[in-house]
Amino acid sequence: MKAAVVVFPGSNCDRDLTVAFEAAGADVTMVWHKDDALPAGVDVVGVPGGFSYGDYLRCGAIAAKSPICRSVAAHAERGGYVLGICNGFQVLTETGLLPGALLRNAGLKYICKTVGLRVETSASDYTVGYNAGDVIDIPIAHHDGNYFADDETIARLQGEDRIAFTYTDNPNGARADIAGILSPNRRVLGMMPHPERAADAGHGGTDGQALFRALTGALTTA
Amino acid sequence: MKARVHVMLKNGVLDPQGEAVRHALGAMGFDGVEGVRQGKVIELDLAEGATEAQVTEMCERLLANTVIENYTVEMSA
Repeated sequence: MKAAVVVFPGSNCDRDLTVAFEAAGADVTMVWHKDDALPAGVDVVGVPGGFSYGDYLRCGAIAAKSPICRSVAAHAERGGYVLGICNGFQVLTETGLLPGALLRNAGLKYICKTVGLRVETSASDYTVGYNAGDVIDIPIAHHDGNYFADDETIARLQGEDRIAFTYTDNPNGARADIAGILSPNRRVLGMMPHPERAADAGHGGTDGQALFRALTGALTTA
Repeated sequence: MKARVHVMLKNGVLDPQGEAVRHALGAMGFDGVEGVRQGKVIELDLAEGATEAQVTEMCERLLANTVIENYTVEMSA
């Protein structure tokens, strides 16, 4: 499986994400934000956590207009896989690949800790390594992780089984406890928690590993 | 030409920063502040001939996220 990890000025989880993909068996290329094309034959694009462009204007807003993001959007529109984590999730909502927006945490504080996530669906190539209802421990580290969408969008996400993860103890005020959502074709996943920071025994937890292994497995055997 | 764009969170969207300011005003003894919304102002210096329609497009495509924010545009010479 071939993966590309996008690097923006201000990305800080790009290498972690690359290592997590590689540990799961992927062949990874890092791609600079000013590049306007993805490497040929890429299966999945990782949009990493961090503070792209310093979060100026709004988190993810300027990154969403970068040259590489036009190619990421085209890749998704062709049915390609895109995994956006933390700031990457914010970028995917700003590009319109996923609905909603991420607001300042309801408690106003930056939160960095490990939280419980409930796997809401195993029906995606990202979450097939878990059972629906499993509770896993994954770190969060964000200031703007409060997921917001209007009632109609929340109902659509619920009705189409597109909520991938919810918080067991909502840390940031997210509507419907949402921590991660899928696109209609289930190939774009955006999530605020960091599975790449729980993908190696040295991290103190390995509950994120199954996500990378499942994705790599699904795309390698496809 | 100048344009001034006001961007505000929509009504119904929690504004935790505004709430923090409201609490602080109450703690300072300013009674009767029932709500505070905090937004941003973006000033654009534009070449002659720029139109409000162009600024509106800038708002729609970048300056505001219309999922959560409203905006208004004021043009001046």
